[in-house]
Amino acid sequence: MTEAPPATRRVAIDPLTRVEGHGKITLRLGADGRVQQARLHIVEFRGFERFIEGRPYWEVPVMVQRLCGICPVSHHLAASKAMDAVLGVTPTPTATAVRRLMHYGQILQSHALHFFHLASPDLLFGFDSEASRRNLQAVAAEHPELARRGVLLRRFGQEVIRITAGKRIHGTGSLPGGVNKAVTAEERDALKAALPEVLAWAKEGVALVKRLHRERWELYESFGAAPCGLLSLVGEGGRLELYDGVLRARSADGRVLFDGADPKGFRALIAEEVKPWSYMKFPYLVALGPERGSYKVGPLARLQNCDFISTPLAEAERVTFRAAHGGGLTHAPLAYHWARLIELLHAAEVIAELLERPELVGGDLLARGERTGEGVGVIEAPRGTLIHHYRVGADDLVTSCNLIVSTTHNNQAMNDAVAEVARRYLDGVEPTEPLLNHLEVAIRAFDPCLSCATHALGKMPLEVVVEDAAGAELGRASKRGG
Amino acid sequence: MKKLKVATASLAGCFGCHMSLLDIDERLFTLLERVELDRSPLTDLKHAGPCDLGLVEGGLCNAENVEVLRELRKSCKVLVAVGACAINGGLPAQRNHLDVRECLTSVYRTVPNDPELPLPLDQVHAIGDVVKVDYFLPGCPPSADALWQFLDDLLHGRTPHLGHGVIAYD
Repeated sequence: MTEAPPATRRVAIDPLTRVEGHGKITLRLGADGRVQQARLHIVEFRGFERFIEGRPYWEVPVMVQRLCGICPVSHHLAASKAMDAVLGVTPTPTATAVRRLMHYGQILQSHALHFFHLASPDLLFGFDSEASRRNLQAVAAEHPELARRGVLLRRFGQEVIRITAGKRIHGTGSLPGGVNKAVTAEERDALKAALPEVLAWAKEGVALVKRLHRERWELYESFGAAPCGLLSLVGEGGRLELYDGVLRARSADGRVLFDGADPKGFRALIAEEVKPWSYMKFPYLVALGPERGSYKVGPLARLQNCDFISTPLAEAERVTFRAAHGGGLTHAPLAYHWARLIELLHAAEVIAELLERPELVGGDLLARGERTGEGVGVIEAPRGTLIHHYRVGADDLVTSCNLIVSTTHNNQAMNDAVAEVARRYLDGVEPTEPLLNHLEVAIRAFDPCLSCATHALGKMPLEVVVEDAAGAELGRASKRGG
Repeated sequence: MKKLKVATASLAGCFGCHMSLLDIDERLFTLLERVELDRSPLTDLKHAGPCDLGLVEGGLCNAENVEVLRELRKSCKVLVAVGACAINGGLPAQRNHLDVRECLTSVYRTVPNDPELPLPLDQVHAIGDVVKVDYFLPGCPPSADALWQFLDDLLHGRTPHLGHGVIAYD
């Protein structure tokens, strides 16, 4: 048989904390202490798509929310949009306004949660502060006003969701063909009354993250940085758009690979690989191929992929962000925080605009159409591009379901960030707890939703790579997606 | 008042129950004055020390879920099944009528099988199938008010009493 492998030591961060869902990082260190391998593993498998098949289509927008309790609205709306297409419906202006409001409430609450509740201790106290201090409890004790604002920002987003969806988590407001409730004038006015404070706190949030980033520019711009492509929806004229739009992708140097692509055709644009050590697949841009085609999604991708933001405060911040990077792309994971808080500000501004729309309080909630039997719904979830694809039979039962969730797109980018941080901080040194937290800091920046990633299987054109123990490729197999 | 030590875990759930706990909004600061968070996805403590209270979200879908649950049961004086999935498996248990091997093969062709990946269970289980549970708090998720009322009662040494309208069975 083959020679015994050289003695290696395994170091694991298990479970990852202050991220949503279940994952772990493992390192393999050689006898010399050098990092031989660093990996992010997604350790659960649930397979929602399989048991959605066979269910009546009208149940789906409510069922799929159980993929994720942090961003249930994203799944609620992506499924509703796909089912609109199945029914051949163009939703009414009121339905669209209510859904958009729900979605931007979701962006606001999810971004606030991620920054203030989960990630801020690393940035405020330092990556190597003691483990017992790296949590919201310590932020509340040492920065009470900041913690309070974070909690109240999230509360506002959750209230927008409650008013539009009926419930803060796993609501029922959106359905195939429209919504089941408009916003009342009283509800609208209550939200409007809270807006001035929300906008002020959102602005302060951007100012804080900008200051943190600038104070440690070298570190923040290099930490875990690894170039890859970008993917997101964009709206008319290349505007930042989170609810509905066309797909645009760029290569790592900013070149546009495709633009104006109808999301329905996503399977011609992205494909995926499977690796034996993770339940999360590895997608890539077909235009660049599996070796060079990895890409990122989410706030950092969106902010650099769009040409402008339609709301003035966020647009000014976007211009500042781009100028700070000389107009070029940054691939620094920690720049996600900055981009995320600019989006939070944008979400507050969009909510303010939507609350002025007369159709928001209208009475025309549902539309009818000519049944097509198939639908793709794409939305920019807080964490990135989310794709739902269904086929429905004449008996109203779902015959096929395919969900491609935001976090899956970032799989390779997160693994590259972990490998980069491991090389920089853990090569040949004793892996202490504070050093290991550096790996988690890199992962956290992406705001991964591992729960979504493990519930959903995702069927893109599939490429399977068989590797031996040393990682050398032994063979490949492929099939077309479902 | 002595701070109670509280551990929380999300097993095969969606994190919605943890989010509902955060939905107590400003009351969170009152809670954080009265409790000390131990192992939890909200802290960086990876294993539970001796705790007064353990809140468990999610059912059991793999061997690791079982291990974490047993550790929590051992560490916590009082263990609570929070939400539909912990109580009866919830929506993930819809996979119980499917064959796991067939499911995995159809998705991945070559099934991920690295030793780093915990073994999936052939059925999703409620946590009460494996350990003794002291309280069941229903809902998908239980509302923030239900969670607050429950914790506030326990923190004041009262038997939790959730009146009509606080609990929902969605």
